[in-house]
Amino acid sequence: MRLPNSQIAIDARLAEIERIGKDIARINADDVDKNGRFPVESITALKLAGIFAAPIPVLYGGSGADPMELARGCWILGQHCSATASVVAMHHTQILSVIHHAKNNLNLQEYLCKVAKENRLIASVTSEVGPGGDMRSSSCAVDVQNDTYQLTKKATTVSYGSYADDLMITARKNNDAASSDQVLVIAQKGQFQLLDIGVWDTLGMRGTCSPPATVVAQGAAWQVIPTPFAEIATYTMVPTSHIFWSAWWFGLATDAVSKARELFRAKGRSNPGVTPMGAHRIADLNAELQKMEYEVFGLAREYAEALATDNIQKLASLSFSLRINTLKLNSSRSVVAIASEALAICGVQAYKNNGPFSLGRHLRDAHSAAMMVHNDRIQLTNASLLMVHKG
Amino acid sequence: MTTQYHSQILQVLSAHAELNQDVATIGVDDDLFAAGMSSRATVGVMLGLESTFDIEFPDAMLRRDVFESIRAIGLALDTIKS
Repeated sequence: MRLPNSQIAIDARLAEIERIGKDIARINADDVDKNGRFPVESITALKLAGIFAAPIPVLYGGSGADPMELARGCWILGQHCSATASVVAMHHTQILSVIHHAKNNLNLQEYLCKVAKENRLIASVTSEVGPGGDMRSSSCAVDVQNDTYQLTKKATTVSYGSYADDLMITARKNNDAASSDQVLVIAQKGQFQLLDIGVWDTLGMRGTCSPPATVVAQGAAWQVIPTPFAEIATYTMVPTSHIFWSAWWFGLATDAVSKARELFRAKGRSNPGVTPMGAHRIADLNAELQKMEYEVFGLAREYAEALATDNIQKLASLSFSLRINTLKLNSSRSVVAIASEALAICGVQAYKNNGPFSLGRHLRDAHSAAMMVHNDRIQLTNASLLMVHKG
Repeated sequence: MTTQYHSQILQVLSAHAELNQDVATIGVDDDLFAAGMSSRATVGVMLGLESTFDIEFPDAMLRRDVFESIRAIGLALDTIKS
């Protein structure tokens, strides 16, 4: 019997992601970008392949994929379609936020079984009019009466909210709670409505369909996750989002470098014996990509190992927070630098929107990285950490 | 906990914790995070404690639970001072 988390099973899942990336996501990527539409073909294929259930423990019907494997999946998809990769990255972050905090909680364990069985897609609602992109601050509050909760939140962006089965919404614990005293609330399809949906017409990441909207939700009281959101953010949401986003950006950078290398080889073939222009640049570009690879998968491995050994001390430590935040700063900058340099190397072939070496979409998508939790905010956080951390 | 630090801890909290209620109404075991202390404010509290008590918090003690209540802070100070 093939165990779900054996190396053979892991390789098979990654090969399936590669197939979907190459045969489906890549082919539709330009249309998704051009029309700002959801990458429904690739997301449906990934659902059918059970990829959204992959992080869920085997006990609850998933595959028990660890963060290393999930990061590799985001990297693979990032080479083909940023919108697809980012949806998968965000879903994995959300479902892990339940998985890691479902111990001794039968309701949440049953919910995980349901997500695994039905391959449900989960989106998050963390931004809000007022606090803006500050995930650790909420203005809205969840109102729990007897066995049910009610919640209304005016979100500045709801990524793929109209296409998700369930939403994870941050809110103050109750009406009297401080803005930082938050909980994470699950709203399942049929339990929420998206009202006053705004427009999502952006420079890049157009296929994520992330307009502002007012979320009105009600559900069972158990859907308010008991673990304080502060803990969920520290142990799960911040590290996994930074790792999976960085892996997707590494995928985007990988594809940009592949195009530059392919064109460089073509130039070499057309004039054998003469080193083409841009020779030094392509060597440096390759070096930058390698640095990015080591940082992304190095942190993914560190996180996976800490989880596997239940090393809560490490995950709660300031030094790990610093490293995870630094990963996000570095990789969000690297992806823009690498895509820009690939454009410079390829020249007009990449500047054109209608050729095999076109890098316009890559560049536009890459610029979103700095503002997915804005780098300015992360710099301030790290500066605070460095003020107290002795290292 | 040792009560010798109590009033000084209250002064630091009053200056830096940005609580949503008067510090004087906070019990020694009350959750400071529930009372509105943010992660950012916690940094200010820690620096305030370091300055007031002329100490340095070792990295291993820079955890959320160390700052969650007046008692927890008092115990941390005891540990560092000893």
